[in-house]
Amino acid sequence: MELFKLTIHELHEKLVSKEISAKELAQSVFSRIDDVEERVKSYITVTRDEALAKAAEIDKKIAGGESIGPLAGIPTAIKDVMNTEGIRTTCGSKILGNYVPVYTSTAVKNLLEEGIVMTGKTNMDEFAMGSSTENSGFFVTRNPWDLERVPGGSSGGSASVVAADEAIFSLGSDTGGSIRQPAALCGIVGMKPTYGLVSRFGLIAFASSLDQIGPFTKDVTDCAIVLNYLIGHDSNDSTSVKIDKPDYTKALVNDLNGIKIGVPKELMAEGIDSKIKAVIENSLKILEANGAVVAETSLPNIEHSLSAYYIIAPAEASSNLARFDGVRYGYRVPDAEDLIDMYMRTRAEGFGDEVKRRIMLGTYALSAGYYDAYYGQAQKVRTLIMDDFNRAFVDYDVLVSPTTPTTAFKIGEKVGDPLSMYLSDICTIPVNLAGLPGISVPCGTVDGLPVGLQVIGKTLGEEMMLRVAYSFEQSFGWSEKPKL
Amino acid sequence: MEYESVIGLEIHVELDTESKMFCSCSTRFGEAPNTQTCPVCLGMPGSLPVPNKKAVEYVIRTGLAIFCDISLFSQFHRKNYFYPDMPKNYQISQYDIPLCIDGHVDLEMEEYATTIGVTRIHLEEDTGKLLHIGGAGRIAGADYSQVDFNRAGVPLMEIVSEPDIRTPEEAKAYAQKIRAILVSLGVSDCNMDQGSMRVDANISLRPVGREEFGVKAELKNLNSFRSLQRGLAYEIERQTKALQNGEAIVQETRHWDETKNTTSTLRTKEYAHDYRYFPDPDLVPMEFDQEWIEGLRAELPELPDERKERYMSDFGLPAHDANLLVETKATGDFFEAAVALYGGDAKTMSNWILGDLTYYLNAENVEIDDSEVKPAHLVEMVKLIDDGTISGKIAKEIFSEMFKTGKMPKAIVEEKGMTQISGEDEIAKIVDDVIAQNPDAVKEFHDGRERAFGFLVGQAMRLTKGRGNPQLINKLLKGKL
Repeated sequence: MELFKLTIHELHEKLVSKEISAKELAQSVFSRIDDVEERVKSYITVTRDEALAKAAEIDKKIAGGESIGPLAGIPTAIKDVMNTEGIRTTCGSKILGNYVPVYTSTAVKNLLEEGIVMTGKTNMDEFAMGSSTENSGFFVTRNPWDLERVPGGSSGGSASVVAADEAIFSLGSDTGGSIRQPAALCGIVGMKPTYGLVSRFGLIAFASSLDQIGPFTKDVTDCAIVLNYLIGHDSNDSTSVKIDKPDYTKALVNDLNGIKIGVPKELMAEGIDSKIKAVIENSLKILEANGAVVAETSLPNIEHSLSAYYIIAPAEASSNLARFDGVRYGYRVPDAEDLIDMYMRTRAEGFGDEVKRRIMLGTYALSAGYYDAYYGQAQKVRTLIMDDFNRAFVDYDVLVSPTTPTTAFKIGEKVGDPLSMYLSDICTIPVNLAGLPGISVPCGTVDGLPVGLQVIGKTLGEEMMLRVAYSFEQSFGWSEKPKL
Repeated sequence: MEYESVIGLEIHVELDTESKMFCSCSTRFGEAPNTQTCPVCLGMPGSLPVPNKKAVEYVIRTGLAIFCDISLFSQFHRKNYFYPDMPKNYQISQYDIPLCIDGHVDLEMEEYATTIGVTRIHLEEDTGKLLHIGGAGRIAGADYSQVDFNRAGVPLMEIVSEPDIRTPEEAKAYAQKIRAILVSLGVSDCNMDQGSMRVDANISLRPVGREEFGVKAELKNLNSFRSLQRGLAYEIERQTKALQNGEAIVQETRHWDETKNTTSTLRTKEYAHDYRYFPDPDLVPMEFDQEWIEGLRAELPELPDERKERYMSDFGLPAHDANLLVETKATGDFFEAAVALYGGDAKTMSNWILGDLTYYLNAENVEIDDSEVKPAHLVEMVKLIDDGTISGKIAKEIFSEMFKTGKMPKAIVEEKGMTQISGEDEIAKIVDDVIAQNPDAVKEFHDGRERAFGFLVGQAMRLTKGRGNPQLINKLLKGKL
């Protein structure tokens, strides 16, 4: 049986009933990795030995009659932006090419304690800056649906790994769409929780006020299961929220009677591929058929989202990435003349072009005399965008839109044109600026490539958001898989 | 032309918390390098800061003690600059909304009283320490440098004064007063040797009577109150000369050299950093309850000014004595312990503490807490004077011995046979000898020269090796002459 094709909830039943062992499951996934990884190139690091040892532990538990949680024994890939003690963590950058952390990020730790079997660390755009995974300091990851195309980014490896069945689920991080955009482009489910719901401790920061960890899964049910164990207050993260943990699987009801869904017209306007619009309009009909009331709404200020984002995110990044200086860890130029020479050449050689571009942008935006015009102004715009969302959520339970303006583009197509690359996140960035939860679910294909439907929830409105996504998924009945 | 100096101080104080500002590492001083560290204070990728509530409370208590307005809303900013002692290459500090603003400190100088405004008090994290190997011990030219991050992340409070200080003496008095207040509050040990209190001074000159400020220099490396005073005095002299010669003062940072007694340029304004301050997105803004702040205010301990008032009203001390006794908390504590033990005149205790004890402490560079002489020593000695066992003169010798050895005065008296000679017969015999041996002086005395009497007393004291009861000698000598 091709176990690697199954979902978390399907595999959990088989593990509990002892139909399969965790070891068999892990071996199945690793045989899949052996089969396709050379073509897809999802992983920076594969942790086969550790994974098999962990699977054996889980099997021992099951054999000993211990009850196991839904994630126990499930092969899981982790984006290489999250610290894993004793396992190289590169953040997709040469500057951390040899970096082995001394601690594990809270999110990963939470899942490890639930018994996940970590298969490895996935490729990404360097420091999560990019929308195609072409900015990785190591190699380009390919879209399993078309190996000539990008998987999206920055969590491209974590998306392709699930789409290609090289892991049952994975974790990514989303600063401007880095989970939802690659999930859409790879035809899987990807979700960004409300800012503060998942601890950022141990997540290597790109833009602290926007970063959030979330899951890539094969369906919405798996997404709810993972979310149950991912969240929780963390005293190591001052921005972590304190809430009573809900059981998100309870929100998965295939009934949208009386649910009000708004469609922001700005996200269905110019710039969105007309074929994608058609797919989305079809999706709206399914939602209506399930009982939802769908209407057009407006978020007038989100046209400024990209401008605000490309001030705020680089500004924070310019400061967050200052610590990569060759003094304490990571790459250091071997033959520096003096301190300044060490700083300059370590960073010149260690960082790639896009990272340097954003550090320079951010440094400029924060400089004396420019702060008010750039960073100050961008924060005001951010507040206006939040206000827009708040107003819309007076009338609607969730908002929906396409996740991306186009399907997966060709490798190399946008590398020379950063602005057009930035535009691929136009539908997802406003959600990060407002700190809201968002999920992308597969809703069809255009020319054989997947399209994602984005559902945006209120602050901490994950349950309603998951309910809408689940209902859509159940009725739409997506079953297509890439042919590898 | 006559110039007036305009001085403002920036005082950095390491707070006496158990753990660091943004992590749970210990703040202990003197441990092996890099043993008091964790991913947070080493700036490891992905680590996040969590504020130390105690440190925030300490700063607010300080603000309350020096009459500041406490910000009900405050936040941390990042101050960005590269240096190898800074793990993140930014320092978490405060910028436009510090915890406390608009306070003041009252000073009583010898001849006048004045008030120094406090602009702000803010909270930040300390940096690590660098050790440069080879070269001249500075980073430029060193073979290599070592970094110790034990200090990185220790909570650091910065108290910024208004440019209200006019003399080096005022600067010293202000810094000492701040120290006395902080030690009374228990928020810092303010140990300048270990660097837990560090003072930078901004100083400029302007013609007397002019409103606008002149161009300032910032003085660094002022590692004691003495260097603060001397560094400023040097800088006033240097700037005065420059201005008198028609030279322009350059805005710069200058380094005080304790051994050479001069200041020299460290860096000029062209090299000033653009710190690119922005609110730290890893931390949420701090909001405080007025009620909580009032609670802190109510719990403030007795502060130096209140203590001084009490010494004057309860013990009847003159203002001069009271002022000096409250200069450090330890001195006041010593005084109060001594008074309680003694039960007699508080002024006597004050005289000994401000006189002999202070003299020896300064001469030997010893802190009062580390002194061999404890209140019990002093009180026992004064009681020996009171009951006539020893004279005041002998007491001074005993004091010196106590300071050196820590022995109790009674033991010293016995050991050295220093008991006062108060027997009337014994003294009468000595007085007779003195009169017999010094006919010239006796004649001079009868000729009306008072000085001769003093000489004769001195001779009697010499014969008793200082142990003669001076009152008795006086009395008997007068009678016999």
